[in-house]
Amino acid sequence: MRNPQKDQQTKQAYCLGIESTADDFGVGICSFDGDILANKSDGYIPTEGGIHPREAARHHAEVADKVLNHALTAAKVKPSDLSVIAFSQGPGLGPCLRTGATVARALASYLDIPLVGINHSVAHIEIGKLKTGAQDPVTLYASGGNTMVTAFDSGRYRVFGETLDIALGNCLDVFAREAGLKHKKGFPLGAAVEKLALEGKRLVSLPYVVKGMDLSLSGLLTAATALLYKGDFRLEDLCYSLQEHAFSMVTEVTERALAHTEKREVLLTGGVAANKRLQQMLAVIAQEHDASFHVVPLEFATDNGAMIAWTGVLAYKHGLQTPVDESFVRLRWRVDKVDVPWIS
Amino acid sequence: MDKLTGQVLLKKGAEASLYLADWHGRKVVVKMRILKKYRPQVLDERIRSYRTVHEPQLMHEAKAAGVLTPLIYMVSVAESLIVMEYIEGKQVKQLLNEASKAERRELCVGIGELIGKLHKNGLIHGDLTTSNMIQSRGGKVFLVDFGLGEKNVELEAQGVDLHLMKRALQSTHYRFWEECFSNVLCGYSSVLGLDAAERVYEKIREIERRGRYVDERKQ
Repeated sequence: MRNPQKDQQTKQAYCLGIESTADDFGVGICSFDGDILANKSDGYIPTEGGIHPREAARHHAEVADKVLNHALTAAKVKPSDLSVIAFSQGPGLGPCLRTGATVARALASYLDIPLVGINHSVAHIEIGKLKTGAQDPVTLYASGGNTMVTAFDSGRYRVFGETLDIALGNCLDVFAREAGLKHKKGFPLGAAVEKLALEGKRLVSLPYVVKGMDLSLSGLLTAATALLYKGDFRLEDLCYSLQEHAFSMVTEVTERALAHTEKREVLLTGGVAANKRLQQMLAVIAQEHDASFHVVPLEFATDNGAMIAWTGVLAYKHGLQTPVDESFVRLRWRVDKVDVPWIS
Repeated sequence: MDKLTGQVLLKKGAEASLYLADWHGRKVVVKMRILKKYRPQVLDERIRSYRTVHEPQLMHEAKAAGVLTPLIYMVSVAESLIVMEYIEGKQVKQLLNEASKAERRELCVGIGELIGKLHKNGLIHGDLTTSNMIQSRGGKVFLVDFGLGEKNVELEAQGVDLHLMKRALQSTHYRFWEECFSNVLCGYSSVLGLDAAERVYEKIREIERRGRYVDERKQ
C-alpha cells in the first residue's frame, strides 16, 4: 500500500474514479492537483419506460472495459501510474452500484493500490466547486434521482431542503414519457420538455407545494398528467406551466436556505442544471441576496466519473480509504451522513 | 402604510421582509411579502395574496387553540403586508444553543405542547423551525410565521408538520437534535394523548420511508 503523504509530494499522482449509480457508466481520471485528464461515459437508454436497474447494470458491465480504455487513452495515463481508485459507493440503484464497485475492486486489487468509496452527492458538490471556483455555496442538486438543497456546516454537508417524494428530473421525465416524448442520445427528456415550454404562452394553474424548506412534486406531476389526458390544453402550455411551478418551488426553497445560512454563493448542479429557465430563476435569487451564482458545466453536472475521481483525491489526501471488505455499496447513503474532513 | 413611521429593516427573509415600525404609538412588526421576479407574475400574486390572507387567519385561530401568536393590527392584501405586534424576546434557535440540558428539556416539551394544541384544533403551522419560535421576556413561547400553514385535520398534514420540526432540529441543532425531538414528542403526546400521538408518529415514519435514500426505507 502506498503512503498518501508520499503521493502528495510527487507530481504524477492520479486517481481514477468510477461512477455507476444510475443510467450512466462513467470513468474519470484526475491528477492530485485537480486537473481533469479524462471524463468518459456511456449511458444506458431504455427502449421504453424509465431505468430498469437490471438492464442498466447489464449495460454497465458490457461497456466497462471500453469506457475504461477510452479514459486511460484520453488521459495518456498507464494503469501503473494510478495511485488510487475511487468509486461511487452510493446512493443509487443496487445492481448499477454493484457493477461499478466490482470493476473498482478488481482494478484496485490488480494494481495493488488503495480503494476509496465516495458519496455520489458529495461528489456532485465537490466537482461543482472545482469547476466553478465556488468556495462555500448553497447547492441545489437537482437530477433524476435527487432534489436537495445543501450547505456545509461543521464537518458535513447539511440538507436544508429536499423533496418529500419524487425528484425534479423524475417529475419532468415521467410527464414527458406520458406525453409520448422520446429520449434520444444527446437529447434527454428534460431537454424535450424545456424546448416545448419555450413555446408555452398560457400559465395553467397547478399545485404549488412548499412545506417549510421541503417541497413535494408528486401532486404536481399527477395534476399535470391528468390535464394532459383531458386534452384541453396545448402540450406546450402544460410543459411551460409544469416547469414554472416546479422550478418556482425549488427556487423558493433554495432562497430560504440562502437566507437561513447567509452564504454568499449559489451553486446549481445535477442533470436539471442544464435547464436555462431554472438557471435564470436561481440567478435572480442569488442577485437579490448579494450572492454569486454558479452553474456547473453540463459535462460535470450530469453523473460523471471525473467528479468521483476528484472527490477521491480529496478523500485520499485526508487519509480516507475503503478496505475491500468494507466496500459494500450503500443504496441509501444520505449526504448528511458523510464526514468531509477536507473542509475546515 | 401612511400610519407607519420609523421603519427599520429587522430581517430580509426569503419570502418577506420584516420591518420594525411605529404604528399609532405601538411598536410593531411589518411583514411585507416581496414581489418575486423569478416566478411568473400571475403565480407570484396568487401565492403572495393567498399567504397574506391565510397567515392572519391561522394566527387568530391559533390563539383560540391556546397558542400564543402576535396580535394582528392591520392587513393589506394589495400591498401583501401584515402589521402585527412586536414580541420582545429571543428566538428559540439561539436559546437552545445557550441553554442547559434541563432548560432545553423544558423548552422542547413546551414546544411539543404548542404543536399538540395546534394539531388538536385542526391547525398546521407548515414551517416549524426554531427561528419561528420566540420566547418573550415573560418566558412564554410565541409561534410566528404561519405563511405556509393550513387548516387540516388529516394525519398526513400533522405528520409532515412534525417531520419538518425534526428536520429543522437535525440541520440547525445537530449536536442535540435527538434529545430535543424526543422532548418535543413528549410534550406533543401529553396534549394529544398517547394513542393519537402514536398514530402521528407512525405517519412520520411512513413519510420518511417515502423520501429518497433513507435508511428506514425497505429494501
